[in-house]
Amino acid sequence: MNLKLTADAWVGIAILVFAGIVYFEAAQIPVSPLYARVGPAVFPYFVAGAMALLGVALLVQGLRGGWSHEDPELTLKPDWRAVFWVALGLGINLAAIADLGFTLASALMFACVSRCFGSKRPIADFGVGFALAALAYLGFSIGLGINIGEGILEKLVF
Amino acid sequence: METLADLATGFSVALTPTNLLFALVGTLLGTAIGVLPGLGPALTIALLLPITYKVDATGAFILFAGIYYGAMYGGSTTSILLNTPGESATIVTALEGNRMAKRGRAGAALATSAIGSFVAGTIGTVGITFVAPLVVELALKFGPADYFSLMILAFVTVSAVLGNSAIRGLASLAFGIWLGLIGIDMQTGQARFTFGLIELLDGINVIVVAVGLFAVGETLWLASRHAHGKDELLPMSGSLWMTREEWKRSWKPWLRGTGLGFSIGALPAGGAEIPTFLSYYIEKKLSTKPEEFGHGAIEGVAGPEAANNASAAGVLVPMLTLGLPTSATAAIMLSAFQSYGINPGPLLFETQATLVWGLIASLYIANVMLLVMNLPMVAVWVKILAIPKPWLYAGIMVFATIGTYGISQSVIDLALLYAVGIAGYFMRRFDFPTAPVIIGMILGPLAEQELRRALTISQGDMTVFLTRPLSASLLALALLALVGPQLWKLGKRS
Repeated sequence: MNLKLTADAWVGIAILVFAGIVYFEAAQIPVSPLYARVGPAVFPYFVAGAMALLGVALLVQGLRGGWSHEDPELTLKPDWRAVFWVALGLGINLAAIADLGFTLASALMFACVSRCFGSKRPIADFGVGFALAALAYLGFSIGLGINIGEGILEKLVF
Repeated sequence: METLADLATGFSVALTPTNLLFALVGTLLGTAIGVLPGLGPALTIALLLPITYKVDATGAFILFAGIYYGAMYGGSTTSILLNTPGESATIVTALEGNRMAKRGRAGAALATSAIGSFVAGTIGTVGITFVAPLVVELALKFGPADYFSLMILAFVTVSAVLGNSAIRGLASLAFGIWLGLIGIDMQTGQARFTFGLIELLDGINVIVVAVGLFAVGETLWLASRHAHGKDELLPMSGSLWMTREEWKRSWKPWLRGTGLGFSIGALPAGGAEIPTFLSYYIEKKLSTKPEEFGHGAIEGVAGPEAANNASAAGVLVPMLTLGLPTSATAAIMLSAFQSYGINPGPLLFETQATLVWGLIASLYIANVMLLVMNLPMVAVWVKILAIPKPWLYAGIMVFATIGTYGISQSVIDLALLYAVGIAGYFMRRFDFPTAPVIIGMILGPLAEQELRRALTISQGDMTVFLTRPLSASLLALALLALVGPQLWKLGKRS
């Protein structure tokens, strides 16, 4: 039989590694002799074991050609440019939300994600995102008394 | 007749102005998110979980149930007009419904699916009303060992039977159970899998995982497919009034779909996909015009649509009576119960009678509201589909931020959200189902609890799961569900 290291085989390997981590971490759980019967580590060991078995099964499937080819949509070449714009938007949001605040960070993210899905008007996108985020912020702070992420702008204006 | 008295009490709860308002908001919101591709009831309810801190339990569950039912109605509109299923349960509707729309009979397709949904939803709710008390009686006899085995059965059916591969489904489930184990073990106070992070001691919030998988992961996936394919929105066409022939061809599929959907949904197998597909094949076999299938046969819309709404009702039976969620949405509703300190299960009908019966009564009301919203007003919902796609997905990302960072103010939560999103992307790429992750995360800790209880009672004797008849039969069923399909496949090949 022809064995090939397909992308699917790597998934099996990744799950095996993950099972190893779960096993290792489960071994770190201190078990008091009082609970030795069904202690806090029993279920985790069980999960690690199940994952290892499933990982082996997927590795075997992967080596035998894998399963991804069954659905042609899965193996289409990803549009990395679009993924980049989403990732950039999420990254900006993550980095900026604590200081810039919810409204500005969200508006920037909104513009990036819109760009990813083919919008060609970054300024309009930013405006729409800003309006949506500001509305949501005001709605939560006035309507429910919940602050969903105060930053520079929120401190100055609202 | 005790049930009818309980139901009457339920209506007195559901018909108060506040609760009617919750039902109205829920059904409106549910229809809207059902219509929008990319937003589902599990994601929406997860994003709304924080209201459990502000709103009383009855109101919150009436809202959630409205969203749940509403999404089932709204999803079919998108399937018919856009050929992109609004919900996974409406994939089959897209097959025939979209073809009908292409032939200028969108109106009839929308009408048969809305009326079919109403028929199925109402009969399904009647089903809940009368079946749930019976299941409660049975469930009161369950011991911890039986519960554990029941959960094992549910684990197998939700992950191995649904979806394309038992192995990948179970891997998703194991990942979810692991996520659920993170944090302090309630029984011993030991920290598990916290990797030294204080933030993880309380465990990972199910909102973060649900939003990460269903919103962030999905958006990343759609972005990666962006270069390929365009959706075409078909205009509303044809009269909403069905002809005599269309009525004649619809009513039997509605009833058959309802029967299939409710019974499969109410079993601890859950899921709306199986009954919708089954209904489709049955209608194709029974149709007097099988040649129309594939070109817009009305039976192929009527049956599956009824099946998916009835199964939505059916899933609520094990959720309310056994505390056993068999869909991602039900799992998230269960976590809402937990955040009120309420444990669904047979005692729920005793201790929270007004809540349960108020909720059931509100389902009847929601169905009526939804019929009105989705028939005469369907044109309004179609307008939602005109929201430019870039803004739709960008907006979803903003709401994902509100649901996680906005509530906890923790950048770690946001980072975790995106990490889960990346995991979700790879799950999509390699065809791992995502619902078992949520179910495992919620049900895993409960299964562990029952396992420990059972083994404490039996003083560590593992055979207790096999010596109790109920537990043993449930485990046998689980084994059958796991290996049965494989054996059947082998048998067919040889």
